Amino acid sequence: MGKAGERLTKGAIHLLLLAWAVVSIFPLVWMLSTSLKEKNEIYTNKSLIPRNALNFGNYVEAWTAGGFSRYTWNSVLYSAVVVTGVVLVSTLAAYGISRLDMAGKKAIYLGMMATLMIPIPGAFISIYIVVSHLGLANTRIGYMLPMVATALPVSIFILKSFFDELSREIEEAAIIDGAASFRIYWSLLLPIARPAIATIVILNTLSVWNEFMLALVLFSETKLMPIQMGLSVFVGQYTTQYELLMAATSLMVLPVILVYIAMQKQFIAGITSGAIKG
Amino acid sequence: MNPISLPNAPIVKRKSRKLACRRYFNLLYVLPALALFGVFSLFPIVKTVQYSFTDANGINPNFHYVGLANYRSALTDSQWWQAVGNGGVFALLSLIFMNSIALLLSVAVNANIRGNQIYRVVFYIPPILSGIVVGYVWKWIYDPKGILNSFLQGIGLGGYTHAWIGSTDTALYAVAVSSMWQGVGGSFILFLAGLQGIPKEWYEAAEIDGANRLQKLRYITVPSLRSVYTMVNILTILGALGIFNQVYAMTMGGPGYTTEVPALRIYREAFTNSDFGMSSAFSIVFGVMLFILSLIQLKLSRNKE
Repeated sequence: MGKAGERLTKGAIHLLLLAWAVVSIFPLVWMLSTSLKEKNEIYTNKSLIPRNALNFGNYVEAWTAGGFSRYTWNSVLYSAVVVTGVVLVSTLAAYGISRLDMAGKKAIYLGMMATLMIPIPGAFISIYIVVSHLGLANTRIGYMLPMVATALPVSIFILKSFFDELSREIEEAAIIDGAASFRIYWSLLLPIARPAIATIVILNTLSVWNEFMLALVLFSETKLMPIQMGLSVFVGQYTTQYELLMAATSLMVLPVILVYIAMQKQFIAGITSGAIKG
Repeated sequence: MNPISLPNAPIVKRKSRKLACRRYFNLLYVLPALALFGVFSLFPIVKTVQYSFTDANGINPNFHYVGLANYRSALTDSQWWQAVGNGGVFALLSLIFMNSIALLLSVAVNANIRGNQIYRVVFYIPPILSGIVVGYVWKWIYDPKGILNSFLQGIGLGGYTHAWIGSTDTALYAVAVSSMWQGVGGSFILFLAGLQGIPKEWYEAAEIDGANRLQKLRYITVPSLRSVYTMVNILTILGALGIFNQVYAMTMGGPGYTTEVPALRIYREAFTNSDFGMSSAFSIVFGVMLFILSLIQLKLSRNKE
């Protein structure tokens, strides 16, 4: 191919990439722009630039009158507790399965992985049944425990793959010194597993932050609702207060995007390892 | 056997008994995982199967077994099959358009273009958003007085303005477009990982043998991507058929049932109609369908190899 042809291809590639970048970003820019517009402005001012670019009134209203301070706090709490639970439970299990002699460990592991292969789209219905049987409907714990449980298979898979790669010699010295298996787990393998744990933290924080379905079936009390459900406050049957809705979605989305950009390497590693689970 | 080891035999035996004990003691490490998994993942599946044979309504703890009645009405329910068909439309459109765009973008980013790191980061922003947020943002874009219609008017296509998600002829495709907008990044990142996994030496060797661009694509890139392609397709089909949040936020299945999807029907059957029996039967029917689909897809890709 000639030099001109090469340059033409490069130009076409750049154009394609730029076009999709604009498509990817535009809805979010439009969301931000709407969130800064006045109530009577959103249907008349169709430019990206709000009349008053520093009009944070919608944010204040969503945060206070819309109750978003509460929903945000709920979601932060749910994310923190669920992710801590997942990390503790899945590192223990993966360590046991990967590094210790254990009765029936192959069956246990395969049994957990099997649920990854069998998709159950209506799972939220049966989880609701079980949770309400246990008397935990409309409670925080009844929302968080199923989320920990659903997160376990992928997390254990990621951690077990990580532990399997480590050489046996790592524990040998400690075993000769007479260290108990729990001490080896806690002070030796957990610190080594930090990259895999980071992946699990990212993966699960995102999925708890974005969770909606389970909250929809479990919560009828607004004071327990996570942010995704809180959005429905601004959506009426006939009219939707888009300026407040877009301010609220901006509040939820911006921290996620900032963390994502700051930690994109771990993010993408986490997503790809979470998807390649078979 | 070495005679010297004989005196040691009892000790060895005691030691092996201790080891056998360990084997069971070590189960404590998986106990928390097993307990949670059993109660909140396995038991619900058992419950769904059980409920699918009953007339349970979710409120009254007493219910009756009704045999296969729920399955019989599920299989003949035309609204249900419309919902499955809508999911099928989403899946088909995503397989064709979403994954083609994703593949094209991944090849482009992999071509060592300036700024490809930035593109990679930007393309993955939509997938990290929640379906609910994406649904509301696009609902606003599609609003009769929203930006899409204003844009059409602005470029002189005012005749094409439309109630995009409010009218039966466009609602399904409008929802599909927004869900594909979100999904491109996911397929893209997996394709890109697949492309980056191909050793550079293979291309160099092919170049030495005088292979041109097309030949390299045909004999190196395409075969190497086959397993990634299968995985992306399975994830795309499962994702499209299982869509819930976006439809919930944008249309609630309407207008009429034009954008109804299986998960929404399963939800409504339980929580609007209080028919947990039917809802469970739909879940099982749908779960079996999805499972068979992924098996077929896996089988097809094996045969090609």
